[in-house]
Amino acid sequence: MEIRSPDFAKNSSRALHDAQLQRALGNVKLGFIAKRRKAIDKLPEFERLRDEARAIKEHTLKHLDLYLEAYEKKVLEAGGHVHWAADARDARRIILDICREADAKTVTKGKSMIAEEVALNPHLEQAGIDVVETDLGEYIIQLRNEPPSHIIAPAVHLNKEQVEADFRRCHTGLPDGRDLDEPVQLLGEARAVLRQKYLDADVGITGANFLVAETGSSIIVTNEGNGDLTQILPKVHIVIASLEKITPTLEDASQILRVLARSATGQEFSVYTTLSTGPKRPGDPDGPGDYHVVLLDNGRSAMLGTPFEDMLRCIRCGACMNHCPVYHSVGGHAYGWVYGGPMGAVLTPTLIGIDKAGHLPNASTFCGRCEAVCPMRIPLPKMMRHWREREFERHLTPVVQRAGLGAWAFFARRPRLYHALTSMSAAVLRAMAGRKGRLARLALARGWTRFRDLPAPQGRTFQAQWQSGKRA
Amino acid sequence: MSARDQILHAVRRSLNAHGADSARRKAVAHRLARHPAGTIPERGQVPHRDQVALFRAMAKEVQASVDVVESTDDVPAAIADYLRAQNLPQSLRRGGDERLAALPWDTQKTLEVTTGASAGDDLVALSRAFGGVAETGTLVLLSGPDNPSTLNFLPEVHIVMIEADDIAGDYEAVWNRLREHTKGGVLPRTVNMITGPSRSGDIEQTILLGAHGPKQLHIIVVGTNRPGGKGSRR
Ligand code: SF4
Repeated sequence: MEIRSPDFAKNSSRALHDAQLQRALGNVKLGFIAKRRKAIDKLPEFERLRDEARAIKEHTLKHLDLYLEAYEKKVLEAGGHVHWAADARDARRIILDICREADAKTVTKGKSMIAEEVALNPHLEQAGIDVVETDLGEYIIQLRNEPPSHIIAPAVHLNKEQVEADFRRCHTGLPDGRDLDEPVQLLGEARAVLRQKYLDADVGITGANFLVAETGSSIIVTNEGNGDLTQILPKVHIVIASLEKITPTLEDASQILRVLARSATGQEFSVYTTLSTGPKRPGDPDGPGDYHVVLLDNGRSAMLGTPFEDMLRCIRCGACMNHCPVYHSVGGHAYGWVYGGPMGAVLTPTLIGIDKAGHLPNASTFCGRCEAVCPMRIPLPKMMRHWREREFERHLTPVVQRAGLGAWAFFARRPRLYHALTSMSAAVLRAMAGRKGRLARLALARGWTRFRDLPAPQGRTFQAQWQSGKRA
Repeated sequence: MSARDQILHAVRRSLNAHGADSARRKAVAHRLARHPAGTIPERGQVPHRDQVALFRAMAKEVQASVDVVESTDDVPAAIADYLRAQNLPQSLRRGGDERLAALPWDTQKTLEVTTGASAGDDLVALSRAFGGVAETGTLVLLSGPDNPSTLNFLPEVHIVMIEADDIAGDYEAVWNRLREHTKGGVLPRTVNMITGPSRSGDIEQTILLGAHGPKQLHIIVVGTNRPGGKGSRR
């Protein structure tokens, strides 16, 4: 997809002026935070599981070459194929070749951030293949020709009236006067339209949450069941996944699964967790006849052994963005590429280059909430600082940032964003901290004390005083 | 060099490692062979009878409905009753699974039962679960010649029979049974872990049931009180 990350500032200010978007973003703050809290409170072992999950991924990354080999062997044993793609272009070529081989006219897709990363859809479409996204959120944004704005809730930036308008525009042939006021009616219509697509598809493409070395299985986690219909109905199933999705054993995957859904949607477990191993077996009445895995590097191997290695533990749960005051204010599209929020601010510069994504690591108040909620204990603020230091070394930043003002300068020169952030984050933190309000003070203080010898705290104090003076 | 070798080489270079390094190889082989379990939540580590009760409670929490019958002989009648109560036609599709085939279907004269995979026009399907996980009310279903996975997703109503004996406290216990079942060989093509009926929150974060998969999940637990069961992991 088109990279719009260099315009982060412009994108942000547009987002802040977009009333529809601001209304939709309210759902992020309302829903995700409370649901996650509730799920975690019900599981006393949650913090220990986070430690286990981190340790599993650390171990795996240290032995990644060997686990990749073990995984490949098991996929082959099960009758599947493994393709290695060094970059996005390789991945696109490999997948198009498989589709051509299968004489594919229609391809259904389960939600895959990696497919977004390699810009798969336009490539297949240019080759004359009809590509249909089947995750409801992905389907909606495909109709709108928009990128996802959230890694687990791609259409979170939209309100139901917008979805209704899109369905009326695209689902021609249905009665004009039909009632689509309620979300349940919209869902029913999408279900009916997509049902036929599943049955028509020649190839189904899914991502993977895990690739299990022990068994050669790919695991997907969904709530809708779209990923399953995408892979069991067509004659070919293609899995596209990046290298770091490797997990040693079923037990290891289970440890991480226990923190994934709780961190993502606040569910104890997602509705469908599906292990797929090879193609269908002799005698199986359904399932794909061919099973392909495309293993994508695209910069991962270069992240190993660097300060950004920690980012390879990411399981794409979305908790960091759900708790990020910057994301709450500007949404995912402002980040200008595939990944938004704190994880995007770290990952995007590694994948598309700091020259294009240099603003993103500044998009942080350093409140520390992303790290506090990340199930894999990824030190996101620290890595954002790493990027800023590198940016400094490369002299890519404007003078004011090189002087060390960094994030503060970025926000201070954008009063509306600055304002939105300070007031909103305080409100959210108050909600999180409950009646005592302790967390709110602590978290903000942590962010700002990093700049205590800089003008930032003064600026804020002045602003706060001015505000309270005005109210008094 | 092939893309494969290039990528593996790049990984090794970044890790400052060699593929032939025997200590690293040993660590990997060891983990794959031993598959250590890690932290298992206490909530499922209870006597089997309580695991079954927990399974039922957790499944209901995620909007599945749960029925309990004494023996497999009672299953056809329980299904007919359920369909009547839901105002559904007395008709279902099931796989050829031997335990489902052995049910006394002739006791329900009005119930029309067909077998095989679904092509998308069945309203109600019946499957048998290989296992259940009390921890989260999760069913585990295996694909195979007599267990089509299309039945788990295409029909609007999915009925699943599970024997109480097959309910365990945690996922790990089911993985161990699965390893026994496959005798260490290749897993079935599809292992479906199912926790409640299909849903989506993609429109304004409002959770709605019946996104692409079944709108209703009805679980029939057979027998409740067997001591021991296969449910103990340790
Ligand atoms: S960085 Fe952490 S919180 Fe953010 S998506 Fe990745 S795993 Fe989840």
